[in-house]
Order: sequence, then structure tokens, then C-alpha cells
Amino acid sequence: MWSFFHKLGSPPWLYGIAGTILRYLLPVTLLALVAGMVWGVLFTAPDFRQGNSYRIIYIHVPAAVVALAGYYVMAIAGAVSLIWKMKMADIAMKSCAPIGAALTFVALVTGAIWGKPTWGTWWVWDARITSMLILLFLYLGVVALYEAYDNKEAAGKACAVLSLVGTVNIPIIYKSVDWWYSLHQPASIKFTGESSIDPSMLYPLLLMITAFYLLFTCALLMNMRAEILQRERRTKWVRKLVEESA
Amino acid sequence: MNAPSTPQFCLRLLRRQLVLAIRRPIEIGNPLLFFAMVVALFPLGLGPAPDKLADFAPGILWIIALLSNLLTSDSVFRSDYDDGSLEQLLLSPQPLYLSVLSYIGAHWLVTGLLLALVSPLFAVMLNLPAAGIAALFASLLLGTAVLSLVGGIGAALTVGLKRGGMLISLLILPLYMPVLIFGSAAVKAAVIGAPAAPYLAILGAMLSLAIALAPVAAAAGLRISVDA
Repeated sequence: MWSFFHKLGSPPWLYGIAGTILRYLLPVTLLALVAGMVWGVLFTAPDFRQGNSYRIIYIHVPAAVVALAGYYVMAIAGAVSLIWKMKMADIAMKSCAPIGAALTFVALVTGAIWGKPTWGTWWVWDARITSMLILLFLYLGVVALYEAYDNKEAAGKACAVLSLVGTVNIPIIYKSVDWWYSLHQPASIKFTGESSIDPSMLYPLLLMITAFYLLFTCALLMNMRAEILQRERRTKWVRKLVEESA
Repeated sequence: MNAPSTPQFCLRLLRRQLVLAIRRPIEIGNPLLFFAMVVALFPLGLGPAPDKLADFAPGILWIIALLSNLLTSDSVFRSDYDDGSLEQLLLSPQPLYLSVLSYIGAHWLVTGLLLALVSPLFAVMLNLPAAGIAALFASLLLGTAVLSLVGGIGAALTVGLKRGGMLISLLILPLYMPVLIFGSAAVKAAVIGAPAAPYLAILGAMLSLAIALAPVAAAAGLRISVDA
């Protein structure tokens, strides 16, 4: 048990294990993404009011769900690095921010594309959409703060504090559709009680959400590997690695 | 000489900040001048039709209060960081939470409180219906305190950076947004005759949360900035 934590603090070990995980996880992720998209786009019935345009749900909802969850991953990693001074948690937190920003951006863009045929407008200043925009700003703020510091250790700590402060906003974003009357529909998938979405559409959606979680994990591991190499670039093991691959 | 007790220490710190501000009255006057000037921009940009301005007045006044708070937040810890007295503060045996609260409290007294006090004047200039003025005053009183507290976090995180000014807006504006929503909603509710109290209660809840947590984050930010 303890040796596991010791290993977690060792960059070469983490670099290696992340590579091994990626080797198996990447094909699974691609398979889930392709299967989910094919299932959702080709093998589900069109919506009786929205026709085929609703199919963007298979990208929009997973991206939004994982964008929000990604913020928690970032904040928790930040807390771990602040409390236990774990370097690897710091790397994980730093690597989360651009991925989360990208996913939030995808959710906003697909939402706009979906909004045009459904609501008749690209953009409305509605509670859910505005709060997702705030989420994008929160992510970008973390990226900007990290880049502003020359001392990367302090940058990590400052970003950890900022991301923890930002978590105050996340429950508001989650609940915005329930608390405010808005154009955006309330959550259709519920863990307790009946979902308001037909099972034939729900299952491919759940598959896509799982696929996006896997995609997030893969992107995070890849980003972390790159960050480890960047930080350890002056060490022997990285030089050896470069020589071997050259 | 005996070391001062913690409440004494905080009061002295607060008084010091206020004295520093009063000795340089322009620092106090600038946010108010900024407030007045931006108020003058809106009738120029939106057109001087009184009914239109009255519609936008709650939002306009709140946004200007937010911006002038943002612009002054940057300097809360700046001069003390530059001359090293912040480092002394971190080394002192006094709880940093309360010291930070004194700094932020002083900032609020010279910006937020004054803005709230002069806001009825500008509200009348923008033709805000009289029913909304009390709500504007109350919401600014509560809301600017939250803004000062949140701004303190941003100031603490960026105080060690040479170009913190633009960055601090990027960091804390997302956190300002909920305050803006409920602050301007309180005024709008009062204008149409609906009760503003629920919105003010939410602002009060935000303030309680911010008083409890923001100085902790700001204190952590100061330690990071001074270490870096």
C-alpha cells in the first residue's frame, strides 16, 4: 500500500505506468467512441419533434458532463497537491485545465449548433449557457495564472488555490437549470427516479458519456506524460529515453 | 513593550490602512470619479432617452460598481508587498486570516461603502425609479463587500507578478458574476414593486460564505506569492 504511494511520487514510474495504461485504454476509448457514434447516429429513431437534429446530443451532453466533472478532478488534484505536496497531483491539475477548457468549448459550440434549429437562435443568455461560459473562463483563468508565474512550483500552488475557489461555482452550474426558469431543458438523465429520455436513445448516450470519460482520462494521461518529460528534461532517465528513441 | 493582542493588532492594521488611504485622498476619489465618468458614458452610448436608461440603470450601476471594485482590488496588497511589510506580516504571530480580513475590510470601507453611499445620486441621474434606490443601496452595501473579499483572493494570487493587472480581471470576474446577477436582480425586483428581500438574503448568504472562506484562500495566496 505505502510503496504504491512512494512510486506515485516517482516521475519515471508514473511516466511508464501511464504509458502502459494508455496502450490498453486508447483502443478501448476509440472503440467506445466509434460504437457510440454509430449507434447514436445510425441506429436510433429520429426524435418526433426535432427530427435528426437532436443527434448532436451524443456529443453535446457527454462533453458538458465531462467538462464539469473535469473541474472537480482539477480541484481535487489541486487540493491533494496543496495538502500533501504531491508533485504528481500538481502535474495532474495543470494537465486538466486545457482539456477541460476544450471540452467546455465543444459543449458550447455544439449547443449553439443545436440551438439554431431547435430554439431558432445560436445563443441565448440563459442560466445554463451563461454558467457554462463562466466555467470556460474559470478554466482559462487557471491556464493564464499558470503561465503568468515564472516559478512553476508557485504557479502550481496558486492554480490549486484558484481552482478550489472556483469550485463554489460548479454546483450552481449543475443546478442552474433546476433553479432558474430557462430555455435549456432540465437534466433528462437521473440516477434516482425515471429518466425522461427514451431507453433506445439513453443507452447510446450513456455509452458516449462513458467514452468521453475515457477520452478525458486518455488526454489527461498523455498531457501528464508530456508535462513529466518537460519538467524532468534535465534528468538522466529522460535523456536515456530520448537517446533510445532517436 | 508587550505584543498587542489579536483584536488590537487587527484594529491597528485597519486604522493604518485607512490612514494611508486618507493621506492620499486621490486614491479614495479615483474610484468615485471613475464611477461618475462611466455613468456619463452610458447615456452617450445608449442615447439619452430617459425611459430606456431607467430600464438599464440597475445593470449599469451594478456593472460600474463591479468594475471600479475590480480596478482597485489589484492594489490591496501591492504597496505592502513591494516594501516588504507584507513579509513581516506573514512572519508575525498574529493569525493571517484576521490580518487579511483587516486589509480587505479597509479596502471595502474606502471603495464599496463609498460607492454605495454615492450610488443614489447616480441612480437619480440615470432616471432609476425611486422605488429601486433603497434596494440599490442595500444590494451594493452587501454585494461590494463580497466583491472586495473575492477580489482579495485575486490580489493575493497576483501580487507577486509584474503584470498582474489584466490577469486579476481574468481570475476574479467569473467569481464576480453570481454577485452581479443577484445584485442587479434585487434592484430590478424593487423597481417593478416585487420584494427585493429574497435577493438581498442571497447576497447576505454569499457574504457570510465569503467572509468565512475568502480570507483563507487569500492568506494561502499571499504565502504562495511571498514564497515565489
